[in-house]
Amino acid sequence: MTRVVVDVMLKPEILDPQGQAIQRALPSLGFDQVTAVRQGKHFELEVDGSDAGAVADQVARTLLANPVIEDFRVHVAD
Amino acid sequence: MTARIGVVTFPGSLDDRDALRAVRLAGAEPISLWHGDHDLRQVDAVVLPGGFSYGDYLRCGAIARFSPIMREVVEAAANGLAVLGICNGFQVLCESHLLPGALIRNAGLHFTCLDQRLRVETASTPWTSEYAAGSEITIPLKNGEGRYVADPQTLDDLEASGRVVFRYVGGNPNGSLRDIAGIRNEAGNVVGLMPHPEHAIDALTGPGADGLAMFVSVLKSMVTA
Repeated sequence: MTRVVVDVMLKPEILDPQGQAIQRALPSLGFDQVTAVRQGKHFELEVDGSDAGAVADQVARTLLANPVIEDFRVHVAD
Repeated sequence: MTARIGVVTFPGSLDDRDALRAVRLAGAEPISLWHGDHDLRQVDAVVLPGGFSYGDYLRCGAIARFSPIMREVVEAAANGLAVLGICNGFQVLCESHLLPGALIRNAGLHFTCLDQRLRVETASTPWTSEYAAGSEITIPLKNGEGRYVADPQTLDDLEASGRVVFRYVGGNPNGSLRDIAGIRNEAGNVVGLMPHPEHAIDALTGPGADGLAMFVSVLKSMVTA
């Protein structure tokens, strides 16, 4: 069994109002240094078989991410 | 013979009952369809209603897309079946790739609920043939993730080919690109929109009856087809 992590982010050109709302909340907590926040999704998959990376890539492409608005990255744990 | 118009119920659908009622008031026979069935029950058209299918988990419409009934809808749509996606139904149609683009969180982050003015941009779909192109209607809008987005090339193609069906007027409620409230596919048989025509079919329960013509349109398009 292999642990695979998939991170999904809105494409850079897509407005992320949630990330913006988080960024705007930070100065009131004293974090004036944070100038931008983008919010994404993090998935941890446990995959059987020898081609876990390829399987996770297909899963991400088919379901976890919507390629119209999102990019994804697959990390296979060592 | 009365036309049969199906309304799909997914787990989390909210507006299926109102859609069935709208179909009945338009003069067609409403047929309930179940997300877990591989059976369209010989309907002449399908409505995907509003709500929160599968709890909106992952992305709105992302999981509904893989339900058994949607496999049938996608196949039938390719063969010309008239399909209308309202709100969550529009999201399901985009996730199913029956319509281009996607619907994401409203620009202002707020859930929006109001009576929305729209311009009907084209009468050349089975769902809008009873409207005059350019006419304005008022129907309810209620969503948190109704901001229509697509890449600039797709937006240009939609505009150039007359596939923008509804546009917001009197203010853009959610930041949808180019004020787009609804679109159609290339063939014209698949239409999706965020506002709710099924909530505006009589003055007693809605802001008016401007939505009823959408259901009458599809009924008449079958008679003339």
